[in-house]
Amino acid sequence: MDLTVEWGQVHALLGENGAGKSTLMNVVYGLIRADSGEMRFDGAQVQVHSPQDAIGLGIGMVHQHFMLIPPLTVADNVILGQETARAAGVIDGRASRRTVRELSHRYGLQVDPDARVQDLSVGVQQRVEILKALYRGARLLILDEPTSVLTPQETEGLFQIVRGLTAEGSAVIFITHKLGEVMSVADRITVMRRGKVVASTTPAESSPADLARLMVGRPVLLRVDKGPAQPGLPLLQVDELSVLDDRRQLAVDGLSLEVRAGEILGLAGVEGNGQVELVEAIAGLRPTRSGRVTLCDREVTAASPRRRLRAGLGHIPADRHRMGVILELPISDNLVLGDFDRPPFARGIVRLLAQVRDHAAQLIKSFDVRAEGPQQVAGALSGGNQQKVVVARELSNGPRVLMAAQPTRGVDVGSIEFIHRQIVEQRDAGLAVLLVSSELDEVLSLADRVAVIYRGQIAAVLEGDEIDRDRIGLLMAGAKTDEVAATGEGG
Amino acid sequence: MDAFLHVLQRGDLVNLAAATLVASTPLVLAALGGLMCERSGVVNIALEGIMLTSAFVGYAVAFNTHNLTLGVLAAVLAGMAIAGLHAVLSIAFVVDQIVSGTVINILAVGITGVFYRAYIQQAEVRGPGVLPVWKLPGLGDIPIVGPIFFQQAFVTYAALALIVVVHLVLFRTVWGLRTRASGEHPRAAETAGINVYLVRYVNVIASGALAGLGGCYFSLQQVGNFLPGMTGGQGFIALAAMIFGRWTPLGSFLASLLFAGAGALAGRLQIYGVHIPYQVLGMLPYVLTIVVVAGAVGRAVAPAAVGKPYRRS
Repeated sequence: MDLTVEWGQVHALLGENGAGKSTLMNVVYGLIRADSGEMRFDGAQVQVHSPQDAIGLGIGMVHQHFMLIPPLTVADNVILGQETARAAGVIDGRASRRTVRELSHRYGLQVDPDARVQDLSVGVQQRVEILKALYRGARLLILDEPTSVLTPQETEGLFQIVRGLTAEGSAVIFITHKLGEVMSVADRITVMRRGKVVASTTPAESSPADLARLMVGRPVLLRVDKGPAQPGLPLLQVDELSVLDDRRQLAVDGLSLEVRAGEILGLAGVEGNGQVELVEAIAGLRPTRSGRVTLCDREVTAASPRRRLRAGLGHIPADRHRMGVILELPISDNLVLGDFDRPPFARGIVRLLAQVRDHAAQLIKSFDVRAEGPQQVAGALSGGNQQKVVVARELSNGPRVLMAAQPTRGVDVGSIEFIHRQIVEQRDAGLAVLLVSSELDEVLSLADRVAVIYRGQIAAVLEGDEIDRDRIGLLMAGAKTDEVAATGEGG
Repeated sequence: MDAFLHVLQRGDLVNLAAATLVASTPLVLAALGGLMCERSGVVNIALEGIMLTSAFVGYAVAFNTHNLTLGVLAAVLAGMAIAGLHAVLSIAFVVDQIVSGTVINILAVGITGVFYRAYIQQAEVRGPGVLPVWKLPGLGDIPIVGPIFFQQAFVTYAALALIVVVHLVLFRTVWGLRTRASGEHPRAAETAGINVYLVRYVNVIASGALAGLGGCYFSLQQVGNFLPGMTGGQGFIALAAMIFGRWTPLGSFLASLLFAGAGALAGRLQIYGVHIPYQVLGMLPYVLTIVVVAGAVGRAVAPAAVGKPYRRS
């Protein structure tokens, strides 16, 4: 494949997960070696065998998962590896702080060099990553899925920084799978599918629908078709729940919410505001400190995960590899993880393997899992198909409440479409759905009501016309409800 | 309560303080070694074995050469060699760091025991003696401070100086920054152009040098002889001091003083004839270690990547 990036441009690299965007950029940055082909930088052919080579050329990369060291200060993180030292290797702290402050000022990044990275919001941490690249003299900056962890406002702030960089003559490669962002920030767009460039275009010459078709290889429904919700009685109630995180800090802080039959409650929020702990507490995977969880009128606050499963809870966990599927086991076993020990899949202590296989064959068909057969190990499937296995299992148990955490993370567009349709169908069949997602687009397109979580509390629950991207964005960033209402009216 | 009154009445506090500082010497050195190692991301429970081996090698060399300086030097080198083994096992061969440390601890007991029986136990030559107390001119005469800090032997002075050195290295130098980065997030360090393997090797071996120096305290400063198992678990207490001291040199020093003070006090209480069986008093530092570590674990924040082998992908 070929790719040409020009100075002073934002070049968006668009493609689904697994299309090869990140692999390509890791080759450019020297983390992976190319099997064949050549790379030219500023007209000259170059060999990049390590990140050091890339840095030497002026290529900087901001990884999707930040490469920052939380307990260290911003300045220490920025200078790490290229420290200014006085005699005997003593770091010149004053000089490094001054350099960081100057760079931060010049590009409008507004970062305090003395702050500890662990105290900063994700958006600011990302700016520290950009600072790191700039400090190393980057003129070509690669941003790998930079907006996946940002609020809409932070995203807009990032776009401004990116435009500022290109205005000074630098080039930016912007890797993403979000169509809206491509349209608003890119100068040129390259679309990749299965390791190949399928199109090279500009925002003016294309539309989101065109790009989606190019990405997936067929026309895609960008909007989810769904009718109005017909909510019934509350099936999942969380009252004044408090939960500690792994560091024994309060992660969920007296949180209350309620999900009714036949509706989808979307929980929006920047990652790290207690979503993970809340979900684990509802699923019974994490002890609660105080408060109550009620499932279909039965209190389950202290019940085991199994009892909750029996009481009607389906759970699509956020971390598929750690909690969703057992990668080493065949699809058939993965599909009966909650029921393998009871009829119809077992009699006494004997498993009925034929039943398990038939069950699997049936679900593989109805959930469109692309697999060789029930005996294929789950680890051999693509992310999207693994997720379909999880969804199939959780829905085939006949749950009354479905808790879906990041249900489409790392899943291709085709599977996203399928999973979204399933969620809506289940809602229409009377399930109460709690959708936890850090992708605001997903929440906006699926949810009937939106609860915004901020620092372990529900900042607001929005319904109908109140559901508005900017408003949710402000709430996600910690604005108070009345402030948001005021700006909403003013604007 | 009675016992404390005794101590106060006899104006013995200065003595107690001096004894505490002396007894803290091996703890401080091993804890400093441990924290250099763990800050770079490698758990070092081999401190005990390193100290024991160094105590033996230091003694053996001093015994054969009648030169205490050579003995100290040999102890340091032996510590580095043993730590080098730990480094190779845990970094190059990715052996579980706890397993590697345990192997070294067992190995140290065996090897020193065998050689002790073969060469030292039967020897009828006079031992090399102990490192002399150096009273520093001027400073040693200051009331209270002088007898506590400036009338000590070499290893104790070295321990005090190294607290400052390790602090400065860890928090003021390029090396220290890279060490902390490697122990917190090795992959991030690698992408910043740091050779994590090199950083870890050097730190593990440096920890051997520090613990090795601590080891020769037993045979060359405290006793002037080698006895099997003479380190008596102090390497593990040093580990506790490091944790209680939150992986900082100053904190480890204070924690070491606490544990050493308990030991020194226990010794004194016996002298004053307090009617508690000496076995119970002897337990004091160990019991204190358990209590303190039980309280500190979970609250103290270890380097994030400590104990996790790093592999380049």
